[in-house]
Parts: sequence; structure tokens; C-alpha cells
Amino acid sequence: MSGRESFLLDGTPVPFAPGETVMQAALAAGHYIPHLCYHRDFKPHGSCKVCTVRAGGQTVASCTLPAQPGLEVESATPELEDNRRTLVQMLFVEGNHFCPSCEKSGNCLLQAVAYELGVLSADLDHLFPSRPIDASHPDLLLDFNRCILCELCVRASAEVDGKGVFALSGRGIGKHLIVNAESGRLVDTAIAATDKAVDVCPVGVILRKRVGFAVPIGRRRFDVAPVSAQAKGDAPRPPREKERR
Amino acid sequence: MAAMPATAPTVDPFLDQVLARHGADASALVQILRDAQARDGWLPPATITYLAARLGVPRARVEGVAGFYAFLYTSPAGRYRVLFADNVVERMAGSEALRERLCTSLWIERGKVSEDGLVSVDTTSCTGMSDQPPSLLVNGRAIAGLDERRVDEIAELVREQVPLDAWPAALFAIDDNVRRRDVLLASDLAPGEALRASIARGQDEALERAGNERSWRERMPALPQGPALTLEEIKHSNLRGRGGAGFMTGLKWEACRTAPGPVRHVVCNADEGEPGTFKDRVLLARHADLVIEGMTVCAYVVGASSGFLYLRAEYEHLLPGLRETLARRRGAGLLGARIAGVPGFDFDIAIHVGAGAYVCGEESALIESLEGKRGIPRNRPPYPVTHGYRQQPTVVNNVETFCAAALVAARGGDWFRSIGTPRSAGTKVLSVAGDCARPGLYEYPFGVTVREVLADCGARDPQAVQVSGPSGICIGAAEFDRRLGFEDLPTAGAFTIFDGSRDMFEVARGYAHFFAHESCGFCTPCRVGTTLLCNAMDKVAEGKGSRHDLARIERLNRLLQASSHCGLGHTACNPVLDTMKRFRPAYERRLCSTQFEPAFDLDGALARARAMTGRDDAGAHLLDESPGAAEAERAR
Ligand SMILES: Cc1cc2nc3c(=O)[nH]c(=O)nc-3n(C[C@H](O)[C@H](O)[C@H](O)COP(=O)(O)O)c2cc1C
Ligand code: SF4
Ligand code: SF4
Ligand code: FES
Repeated sequence: MSGRESFLLDGTPVPFAPGETVMQAALAAGHYIPHLCYHRDFKPHGSCKVCTVRAGGQTVASCTLPAQPGLEVESATPELEDNRRTLVQMLFVEGNHFCPSCEKSGNCLLQAVAYELGVLSADLDHLFPSRPIDASHPDLLLDFNRCILCELCVRASAEVDGKGVFALSGRGIGKHLIVNAESGRLVDTAIAATDKAVDVCPVGVILRKRVGFAVPIGRRRFDVAPVSAQAKGDAPRPPREKERR
Repeated sequence: MAAMPATAPTVDPFLDQVLARHGADASALVQILRDAQARDGWLPPATITYLAARLGVPRARVEGVAGFYAFLYTSPAGRYRVLFADNVVERMAGSEALRERLCTSLWIERGKVSEDGLVSVDTTSCTGMSDQPPSLLVNGRAIAGLDERRVDEIAELVREQVPLDAWPAALFAIDDNVRRRDVLLASDLAPGEALRASIARGQDEALERAGNERSWRERMPALPQGPALTLEEIKHSNLRGRGGAGFMTGLKWEACRTAPGPVRHVVCNADEGEPGTFKDRVLLARHADLVIEGMTVCAYVVGASSGFLYLRAEYEHLLPGLRETLARRRGAGLLGARIAGVPGFDFDIAIHVGAGAYVCGEESALIESLEGKRGIPRNRPPYPVTHGYRQQPTVVNNVETFCAAALVAARGGDWFRSIGTPRSAGTKVLSVAGDCARPGLYEYPFGVTVREVLADCGARDPQAVQVSGPSGICIGAAEFDRRLGFEDLPTAGAFTIFDGSRDMFEVARGYAHFFAHESCGFCTPCRVGTTLLCNAMDKVAEGKGSRHDLARIERLNRLLQASSHCGLGHTACNPVLDTMKRFRPAYERRLCSTQFEPAFDLDGALARARAMTGRDDAGAHLLDESPGAAEAERAR
């Protein structure tokens, strides 16, 4: 790592490669910055704002902030953590999240980040939207109640699967996920259970049928270790590894 | 891929024509959808499927764009779609009562289409008619200065199913209401004058400056220095953008000029969506030549070949005049190839009509919309000056900025900077509206006090002025000696007056609903936060608010300011916070004395269960401990 340029994250030097964002470099160095819409396989998107840090006198999303030598970045401050808690609470009240009955529990990034930040209640007034589920597909279930609108499935289906199965429609609080079919039903799209778009959903919207509890609660990803201890797993893959895929 | 459903025709000549008009180019999707909608008044699923297939893009993408814009309909909307402008000035002028009157006389419920599919009546955000409220749009066409007589006339025309083109022209008359002119509104610049001055500048000094200029951008061999020297004048003038942020226009043009890339664009931002403003409407109606001249000067300076005028949908009535101006200028050699006879100076302008989205006034969202996408602000950097339309260098300026730039090009930077104040050169056109005798356009040199403006427009007993619209600042009477300008009160132009009879809490609540309605929904803080803010304000309005709610509003604001993706979210709490600070009693008297009051009505939540079981006895209600409840219970 010697000879590489670095920036400061909460006072600790973090080396980075040219073109990396603050988030990517931090994760690669094993430093966790809470995030939801960032995913190592996709171009940063910057919509959830959970990763917001303070740098150069401004608050900015770290997942889209280009790393620069000498940049001083604050992340683990009480003010920023408090903002993150409120953002996570906003996502909880925006949808309908009943964790105890959700088969994603323990594998859910929203839940994990909430635990990480010490979110104990929604605190804000629930919006209780009405979002019917789509069970039309033989192998897949869509439970829109849990959608946090991170667009990862949209990006995965377009960029990796080459299908464009998902998109967003509406705007403001009415923004919602749609599927690529005139009927509006998943069964009429080109999706397959093996698609990247199915794997990438960080919460319990896109679910494979019949395997929900194959791994019992208690032995799931975030039951084993908190999300902050798994930062490296979210780091961008080194180019060599990518080529081999 | 999903099979084409049996209902979709294999060939649809109407839609094919629409597609052909726009070169079957998916980057013109917003324009294509607008035109496609003209047939049915909405976009039926089969239409979306058809367009997507012909454009070769996923259907969901087309549906996503259609679902973003307020004036694109994915469900039937009535053959006559009446939308009352719903900003505070319109409400103060009685728009709500007139809307109810129209609903009653047409026998319909607000927001629902009549059963025969004939008509719907609903509301829309400010339509830029605050100088002549109340106003409405019927199938996109503006009618202002409404009163009961006019509303009854409209009801009759709808009932008789008179085609819109046969409605009396007088109904659609719009006043310009120019009240005070300064250098801009009084300008008598002849078409081409600023351009010729720019070109002549090069001729004078060409010999001196040749040599040390990069040559590829100066692709006008006869007059090599005109662009560089005109840029110097713009920089020297200290002209700052009139659209809100006040960025130095010269620096913006220079950044675009020096950005690498073979193709550059000039975009005029005529999306004027800030509630209470209408000055761009009048500039485009009366001074279209000046606007286009400014854009052409900009193209000359930065070396752009393509131009767009992004016109908000609400200003469709300006289209014929604008098209006529463009055609006339083409005929006069002021647009097109070899402008003003200069070889290589090729530039033309296309008009792009929006589809109802305030956020598309934000420059990067505007560019997304120009490219046929949902109007979502981009991540920045990079900025439009280097990566704008089609990722190519692009200047985006406000309508008024281009007008001022044309004046600078004609008269010089020294002349311009001698007007106004040291940090705010030139004049500002204000959209004065609300409680005053003479609403309309007022142009002043920067530095004018709020009090002077109030006196000139005949405001009686003013209590507050919303400067620069809800995303600006709300000031009270103690601050009326403050001055408009970047030193003190920056403004994009809106100047909305409230007299002593107005309830400033309701004003702020209206603005909160505006922001929630216009949030693009991209980022969490604004998407959810603006709705939570509305809910909190509504709760206070219902008399259920507590101190806890006010504290929560302040917390929401901090979050929105710190983490929103664009200016909409950053400013969404401004009206509430400003009025909370300056008109606190308007909030206090609505609060209940408790520290906390739940928003959730537990007993109310059981109403459906009661209805289903046909019960309404005491046992079917939760215990209400409020005084009076016990009495009501006994009386039952
Ligand atoms: C939510 C939002 C709406 C905006 N609406 C407009 C608008 O309607 N007209 C405008 O000129 N600028 C608007 N702006 C500012 C533009 O982003 C941009 O700064 C401006 O067009 C630049 O032109 P100027 O330098 O000439 O002011 C808006 C900004 C935001 C954040
Ligand atoms: S379905 Fe999942 S991946 Fe797709 S937007 Fe919603 S939360 Fe994100
Ligand atoms: S602040 Fe609001 S309008 Fe701006 S990007 Fe975020 S959601 Fe969209
Ligand atoms: S992780 Fe950066 S905005 Fe979502």
C-alpha cells in the first residue's frame, strides 16, 4: 500500500486507488460507513443518503464522493449518526416492515444497519402505504411492502441480466417499483430465478419461493456478525478477480 | 420478453406519425409521450407497450417516464381536464370556492373523472399566473382572472361539449401586467444588434489579439476574436444568474467554452415553477427576441451548435409566438447556418415542452428530461458545463439571464456593472403578487428595498413578504428595509405579499404540500421527509399538534438540509421554519397543551371493523378518557 495516496477518515489515513470513491476506499481498507443503496458490483447511485459524511465543510454522500488526497472526512460523529438513524427510520415508516414475520430477517441489510445504528423504534409516524404483493411468478415473490427504492434490482436487471425487468415509476412519496409487463405482473416478464436482480435486493422484496427458511434464523448473515464487521465483503472486487468471473 | 398482448394493434398509424415526428428517438421520449397522449387524453397501457416496442426500449422505462410527470396520465383523465392552479396566491383570490362551484355545477367530485368520462376537476401546482388569479388549465390551456361568471361559462362549454378550439378566445386572454420598466423591460434592442456588436468587437481587436488564442474553437476565420472578447465583456459585467443560485454567468460560459468536446449546447431554462413567479412568462411573451438573442450570443461565445428552450408545460400558450420568433430569426439569418454571415457560426434552437415537474427546473434534472428520462437531478460533479446534454458541455441559464447577457453584449460590461450594487450588477425583474393593488412585473436596479417595492405596488398593511418563493425566505414587517440583491436578500424574482389578515401558518402549510407534491422521490430525506413535514403540519392544523411536533419539524429540517440530493430538499423546510421564527403565535395557538399527542387515532382505526360487524356499542369503542366522552357515552 505504500506510495498510494490517502485521505483521512475520522482521522485515520485511508489509501485509495485513482477513481475510487470515499466509500469504496474505506470499505477496501476495512472501515465501515453505513450504506444501503451502494453495492460493490454497481456504479454508486447516491439515493439513500445513509452514507452521508462531512467533508470539505459540506455534508455529502460518501458513495459518490471521489476520494482526493488529503481530504478530511468525518463519518462517525454523533450528528451524522443521528441523521443516519432518522434516514433508516424514514425507510421503516415509508413501507410496511414487520421483521418478525419476514423471511429476510437476519439477511436484511436495512435491519442490520438499523441494529448497527442502534435504532430501537420507528419514532416517526408510520405512513402505512397500501402495496399489494405480486405472487404471480411460479418461482418468485414480490413483496413491495419492504421496498426501499434502492434501484439495485433495476440496475442489476439492466446491466447484468440484460433484461430491464424492473424500473421505477411515480414520483415523490408515490415512487414505486414496476415490472416490465403490460399486465404489471412479474410472471409476464423475462425474469428468471437465477438472475442477478433476484440476489441483489438488500431487503425482503424479491424472494425465491420455497427456500425462505432453508437457513434458520440465528445462522444468517447478520446473525453471525454485525454489518460493520463485514465491511471488506462490500469492498469493490479487485479487477483481477472480476476478470476471472 | 413478454409477448405483445393481443389487444395491441400491429400497426398504429397515429403513433407511428408521432414517432416519425421525433425521429423515433428514445431521447425525445417526453415529447413523444406528450404528443401520443393527444389522441386519447391519456396513455393507455397498449400505447405504452407500442411505443416501447417501436423505440426498442424496455416497456417499464416508458411507463416509468410516463408515471413521473404530472401532465402525463396513465389512467383516464376525462376529455376535459380542468386543473385549478393551487398556490397560496390563487387560494387567497378564492380559487377553492370557484373549484367547488365548478364541481357542483358539473356534478362531479374533485379529483374523480365523471362517470361518462367527460370531465375531471383537480388541482395543479402554481401555473405562473399569480398576477391574475384565480386561474386554471383546461387540457393544458391557461385561463386566468377567473370569477363566478367565467366558471359558469366554462361549465356550460364543457356540458355542451364544445371543442376547446371553439371556446371564446377572450377566455384565454392573458395580461402581461408590466408595471415598472428599467433597462431590460424597456429595451428596444433590434433583433441581431447584440450579435452584430459581438462580432464587430472581434473585428476591431482581431489583429492585436490573434496569435495568442487557441484556434480550433475560433472557427470563424474572418472574425477570430469576437467570441473571446464578448466573453470578456460578460465576465466584466459581473452578470450573475437570475434563476436562483446567482452563479457568475461569465465563468459558466468560460467553463463550457474551455471544456473539451466537439459539440456544445445552450439551454434556456424556462421551467419557471417557483410558486408565485411569472416573470419568465412575460419575458417570453414580449421579449422573445431578446431571450433568443442572448442564447445566440452565448452560442457564439462558447462555440455551441445546438440550443434548447425548455418551456414548462403550463406555458404552452406561448408556443405559437416563440415558434414565430424562431422562424423569423431563421429567415433573417440570425439562426441556422452562417449566422450573421459568419462562416462556421451555425446554431439553431429546438423547443422542448415539459410535462409538469417543478424539479425539472433544476439544471441537471432538466437535462435528464431533455434526454427523455425521469427528471431526477444528477450526481454532481461533473457539472453540466462539462458533462451536460448527452454528456457534452452545456450552458444552462435562466430566461432573464439570457436577456441581460444580450444587453451586455450590445452595450458592454462597464455599462451593465454601473447599474445596481457592487456585488449585484444590473436590474432584477420581480413577479409581484398577493395582497397589493397592482400585481405584475416590476423591474428595479438591484439594491431596492422591500419597502419601496411594497409602496410602488400598492400593498396595504403588509404583514410578510415571501422573497424568491417558498425556496427563498419569508420576512416580516420589521425587515422591510432590507435590500434585494446578493448582498442581503437574493431573489429569483418571486415577491409574494401577505397582508395582516393572512394566516402565516396556513401559508407555510400550503408550501409544505407543494414541496411534497414536487419532490422527485430520488433521495430518502426529501422523498419521505417532505411528506412527514406535511403530516406534521396537518396535525398541527387539526389542533392535535404539540411542542413535540414542532421540535420534530426542526429535526426534519436539519436532516433535509444536511443530506438532500438537490436544492428542492435543501429548501423544503424554509417556509415552515421562517414562519415559525417570525410568526410563532400562528403556531402556538394551534397547539394542544400536552407535550405529546399521537397522530394515530386508535379508536378511528377500528371504524372499519365496526362497519363490517355492524356494531357501534360501547364495547366496540376504545375507552376515551377525555372530558365529555363519558357524558356522550351516557347519552348513547
Ligand atoms: C428545485 C429547483 C428548481 C429550479 N427551478 C428553476 C427554474 O424554474 N428556472 C431557473 O432558471 N432555474 C431554476 N433552478 C436553478 C437551476 O438549477 C440553475 O441554477 C439555473 O437554471 C441556472 O441559470 P442561471 O445561472 O442563469 O440562474 C432550480 C433549482 C432547483 C434546485
Ligand atoms: S425491490 Fe429490492 S432491490 Fe429493488 S428497489 Fe426495492 S429494495 Fe431495492
Ligand atoms: S432533494 Fe428531493 S427533489 Fe432533490 S433529488 Fe432528493 S428527492 Fe429529488
Ligand atoms: S449508500 Fe450512499 S447514498 Fe446510499
